[in-house]
Amino acid sequence: MNWLRAHGNALRLAFKRLTSAPLNTLLAILGIGIALALPAGGHLALTHVAALAQGATATPQLTVFLTLDAERKAAQAIETRLKERKEVARTEFLAREDTLARMKAAEGLADVIAALPKNPFPDAIVAIPADDNPAAIEQLAAEARTWPQVEQVQIDADWARRLHALIRLARVGVLLLASLLGVGLVTITFNTIRLQALTRQAEIEVSQLLGATDAFIRRPFHWYGALLGLLGGIAAWLIVAAAALWLAAPVAELAQLYGLTLALAPPGPADSAALLGAATLLGWLGAALSVYQHLRGR
Amino acid sequence: MIRFDRTAKRYPPDIVALADISVDIAAGELVTVVGHSGAGKSTLLKLIPAIERPTAGAVLVHGQNVAALGRAALPFLRRNIGLVFQDQKLLFDRDALANVLLPLEIAGFPHKEAQRRAAAALDKVGLLARARALPIALSGGEQQRLAIARAVVHRPALLLADEPTAYLDADTAHDVAGIFLEFHRVGVAVIVATYDDSLFPGARRLKLDHGRLA
Repeated sequence: MNWLRAHGNALRLAFKRLTSAPLNTLLAILGIGIALALPAGGHLALTHVAALAQGATATPQLTVFLTLDAERKAAQAIETRLKERKEVARTEFLAREDTLARMKAAEGLADVIAALPKNPFPDAIVAIPADDNPAAIEQLAAEARTWPQVEQVQIDADWARRLHALIRLARVGVLLLASLLGVGLVTITFNTIRLQALTRQAEIEVSQLLGATDAFIRRPFHWYGALLGLLGGIAAWLIVAAAALWLAAPVAELAQLYGLTLALAPPGPADSAALLGAATLLGWLGAALSVYQHLRGR
Repeated sequence: MIRFDRTAKRYPPDIVALADISVDIAAGELVTVVGHSGAGKSTLLKLIPAIERPTAGAVLVHGQNVAALGRAALPFLRRNIGLVFQDQKLLFDRDALANVLLPLEIAGFPHKEAQRRAAAALDKVGLLARARALPIALSGGEQQRLAIARAVVHRPALLLADEPTAYLDADTAHDVAGIFLEFHRVGVAVIVATYDDSLFPGARRLKLDHGRLA
């Protein structure tokens, strides 16, 4: 009960200190909010891109081109062989005559095609993988290249792999940015509390003379730091949410041009809770370090 | 209650504030510490709540050598002592009531009980009507009385005062000294460093001369 009362008093005092210098508090909150908004916004953007990549990587396909002299029976056998593989969702047979007809129909190619002595296109089988893991597709392609009557195997999963690599890189970048700006937040709180402690030096000194423990002196500063962090986190959330809502329409329009659907939305409950929790914790940490150093120096 | 046992205090490089002080002070006793400026009166008082540590000898409070107390134990020693400083050490951003409440908040008193005690302490020193006044709005004598109220609000068995009447006019000094005498009458041990011990009739007199008991 005593412990609760002590924390209640400290929290009340911290609120009082926050509101006693509103401009300073506002600037500190804004500083923290902007510092946190960058990694939080990066994380939000990345979450959306990763979700998009997850859907987009389902489309990479593997094309098996047969030799020009391969018979239709061989082509069917290879198609059956592909269909039997668990990593293949479905196949599509592209007959060489159909390819030729399509090319002839293509604008600008008709004359070139007509000039050819014979059909230069082979039969081909397009395999749509069930697994969008680029490594699995790569392995299947390597295997298919060894099959008889197979001239060439082409995969278009490279772009997916690059996208995955980019997302991984971006994740590391966001983590790095978050770490750096997290340290920035701790520094902001550290200095704010240091100034607070210096301006409240008389109060600290008198409290110690009257029998205050270090914990009694530290408590309001800890709450102050945690509150500052929390308010900074709320500011960051508002900045990110506003940016997401503002950019939602143009981003959706851009995505649509590439045949993609991307609905940018403010951070969800889990991300919001993580943001606010981390901000509070970092604010508290900055305050704890600052007041610890201040009291140790006395 | 308090024993100075061959206590000495030096400040660097080689300033002797106190030398070879041995004296016992009993519970409920009224003691004045007198001497010229720089005689060591304030230092002697500061050794009791371990604001200063002796460089030799011991200071025992209730049998405990306060010179050997660690940082964590100090607050609990000081909570049993009422301190009145020469410069009062009031918090000027808090009103009189909040100043008096501070020792009770530190000791963890429930809010209502703390309010009741603080009001009683202010009443005792005649400042209840000024409870919501900031210290800056109080006269020198009122500020000193406020400092006394803060020192006694948690009902300590020992009250230390360093020149509590130093900057007061004769009438106000007399009033303030009267408050200390009242606390002594109800059993509180009072040790006052003062330039004028005639304000504290009946007190045992400790005279310091260049850091030594004369």
